[in-house]
Amino acid sequence: MADAPVLSVQNLKTSFLVDGAWKSVVRDVSFDVMPGETVAIVGESGSGKSVTSLSIMRLLHADSSRIDGKVLLNGRDLLSLTEKEMRGVRGNEVSMIFQEPMTSLNPIFTIGRQISEVLTRHKGMSKQEARAETTRLLEKVRIPNGKARFDDYPHQFSGGMRQRVMIAMALASRPKLLIADEPTTALDVTIQGQILDLIKVLQEEEGMSVLFITHDMGVVAEIADRTIVMYRGEQVEAGATEDIFLRGRHPYTRALLSAVPKLGSMANRRWPTRFPIVDATTGEAVEPEEVADTVGKGKTPILSVKNLTTRFAVRSGLFARQTGSVHAVENLSFDLFQGETLSLVGESGCGKSTTGRSIMRLVEPTDGEIYLDGYNVLQLDQIGMRNMRKSVQMIFQDPFSSLNPRMTAGASIAEPFIKHKLGTTREAREKAADLLERVGLSASMMNRYPHEFSGGQRQRIAIARALSLDPKVIVADESVSALDVSVKAQVCNLLLDLQQSLNLAFLFISHDMAVVERMSHRVAVMYLGEIVEIGPRAAVFENPQHDYTKKLIAAVPVPDPARRGIRRGLADDELKSPVRPFGYEVPSRRYREVSAGHLVQVA
Amino acid sequence: MPVYIGKRLLVAIPTLIIISIFVFSLQKLLPGDPVLAMAGEERDPATLEFLREKYRLNDPVIMQYFYWLGGVVTGDFGISLRTNQPVLELIGDKLPVTIQLAVMAMIFALVIGIPMGILAAVWKNSWIDYLANLVALSGLSVPNFWLGIMLILLVSVNLGWLPASGYESIFVDPVRSIQTMIMPAFVLGTALAAQLMRHTRSSMLGILSADYIRTARAKGLSPWEVIMSHTFRNALLPIVTMIALLFGELLAGAVLTEQIFTIPGFGKLIVDAVFTRDYAVVQGVVLCTAVGFILMNLIADVLYVLLNPRLRATL
Repeated sequence: MADAPVLSVQNLKTSFLVDGAWKSVVRDVSFDVMPGETVAIVGESGSGKSVTSLSIMRLLHADSSRIDGKVLLNGRDLLSLTEKEMRGVRGNEVSMIFQEPMTSLNPIFTIGRQISEVLTRHKGMSKQEARAETTRLLEKVRIPNGKARFDDYPHQFSGGMRQRVMIAMALASRPKLLIADEPTTALDVTIQGQILDLIKVLQEEEGMSVLFITHDMGVVAEIADRTIVMYRGEQVEAGATEDIFLRGRHPYTRALLSAVPKLGSMANRRWPTRFPIVDATTGEAVEPEEVADTVGKGKTPILSVKNLTTRFAVRSGLFARQTGSVHAVENLSFDLFQGETLSLVGESGCGKSTTGRSIMRLVEPTDGEIYLDGYNVLQLDQIGMRNMRKSVQMIFQDPFSSLNPRMTAGASIAEPFIKHKLGTTREAREKAADLLERVGLSASMMNRYPHEFSGGQRQRIAIARALSLDPKVIVADESVSALDVSVKAQVCNLLLDLQQSLNLAFLFISHDMAVVERMSHRVAVMYLGEIVEIGPRAAVFENPQHDYTKKLIAAVPVPDPARRGIRRGLADDELKSPVRPFGYEVPSRRYREVSAGHLVQVA
Repeated sequence: MPVYIGKRLLVAIPTLIIISIFVFSLQKLLPGDPVLAMAGEERDPATLEFLREKYRLNDPVIMQYFYWLGGVVTGDFGISLRTNQPVLELIGDKLPVTIQLAVMAMIFALVIGIPMGILAAVWKNSWIDYLANLVALSGLSVPNFWLGIMLILLVSVNLGWLPASGYESIFVDPVRSIQTMIMPAFVLGTALAAQLMRHTRSSMLGILSADYIRTARAKGLSPWEVIMSHTFRNALLPIVTMIALLFGELLAGAVLTEQIFTIPGFGKLIVDAVFTRDYAVVQGVVLCTAVGFILMNLIADVLYVLLNPRLRATL
């Protein structure tokens, strides 16, 4: 019986009740998970991968969903159990961890209580026993000083630490199967590395099976023994991870893999390069051509930032006295040339977004100088600022909330043009139509509302809106981060095309190292509000000097199955905080020039 | 915690000053001369002048305000122009009556509104939900006075179960006291119950779709644990604030209810005082109500912080 699968899903079909009709969202999915094995389900949004996992746990709303087929857990069909019996399975034989560690824990209970709840519920432990076991679990998931943190509340933990708490909770009852639904997607890349390591180690120690749901091919390559590719509710391919990666037969699998940005794929290329686009129906790849150099070096920079500092006051006490400040951006200097892409990379809290906002003066910088297209940005009055914003526009991360749902696509794009009195309403409409074509949509879509577009299309509209003032600089703040891989590749290609034709300068803010490598001419690595390393893309990626840059590059999962089982051995630390006490003396930093234009912070 | 309460009390001081100015000037703006009301049939100018001097009504308005405020701060709310009793004494007599009515009405509202809201949220779009909504809508749309009169007709006149009106102190005869209060409290509580039900329902619905409720279900907890401890404890936070605000509504409602059931409470006191232009009483009552309202909100804020560990840390 050693070869009997822990979980066997057979012909799973899940339907949702939509407007009175049953609509199937997962069709004919079958797979086995063997003891100790890790199986990944990979797919883009809407592929049904999360619904599959929720179907296995029967966590979907009973009134509006229907699950057919068989879900055998050690031979017992979960779909035939009563709800009461099923409660004995959940959290006991099968546990689950979720994507959002920030919201997956109940904010008003201590984490100790939330973990011991599982033990008192399923293992019949007394409160004292559960407490003892919980502290053991907290140590096991490597929460620093775990013993003392039993009575802490979720808000006292960082995202990565909360995910550790979730894992401790899931492991409490020693389940046979752990379902991990995008457990690292919301985490920073170095934290993601730690959590992946932890899952691997714990899996070995506990001998459990893992069903890993993700959209990230890099994570799949690293963790999965076998992989199932899902596309629009169907299982398109299943097999050993290596086979899927190297000898994927289904065109969609090949399209998905070729769209994945791979760190290190840009060696020997001089300029940013388009992503190869693969036809999802035929699997044919179109090799990208290298673009021409667009950078206007030697001229004056279009954007010049000198010693930019932005701090936010931290107040507390009876009279809200300032007790410290968040040093969000500290003494930052860089130039950006016409036609160039400079990327700011770093993890959450490193100040990369604040830098973008400071340049736009969406937040007020504390100190420094910014010269943009001839404007001395920090000296401008209200009217000057309005004019300045014609030269610099921003594209945001979330295409769902950055467009006004009550304005048509055409109106959204035309609005800046009209408000800046650049022409008549009629000219604005013509401009909007023209821009829609330019970003790969059609002019006939002018009168549609945002909800009628997909995420990628909305981001194209946001790009068109940013272009409507003919800006010279575009600040792209995590503009492709929320998009699916294939869409992400297309939008990146669009940005590169626009740079070619309009000679735009991009300040590309991103946490995604692989995308940054593809997109940038130069890269600045930010850590706790400061640039720790800046230089030409090739120099930074191929010859990283600063410890943090090295750590960041090493933490990125690479979609190469040869790296399966890799352990990074990263320290179980947290991101440091840029909050400093009042009166903190900022140390003056020195930089060393490694090669031409490649600077690294030395002290 | 003491720092937090102290801070909140400090913030309340300007509010109280503004209220006191408002209360004081409101009565100056009211039409009618209190001296005429006091003097009754007597229209002798000398008497009127004597009364004006006695109550310092000839001094500048601003001075009158400070005389009055000085008195209030030392516990002297003045003398009722109508009954010649100290205002504080009058309030002291009537306040317990209205507090009893308000507390009983609030108990009705909580006992009916919150469970109904929970049930309606858990069985959303089922007959329970629709029924709860129907009851809530009726509670909101049926006027107080009509419901009161109908209840008196049915329960007192026809069935003879409860007394139609009157009042007995709870310290003298508790059973009778509660009997006389049941109907008024129910009438007063229904509208609140309806609002509480709706509020509880929407608050519960918001929490029920939260990620951590999914986590709780994935742990295999029973529906009771998921709903009562994981969901309701969180849903309670906004409801606590709401309850404090409802106390204000309760006082407004009490005015009418006390009239219908002829209960000698605070509401009746203020109505009588307004009709007779008994300024000192009006001022005292309004100020008391305002202080009570501020106190309720303070208690709600403190409770909110105590229930919410994220805020507790900032104390």
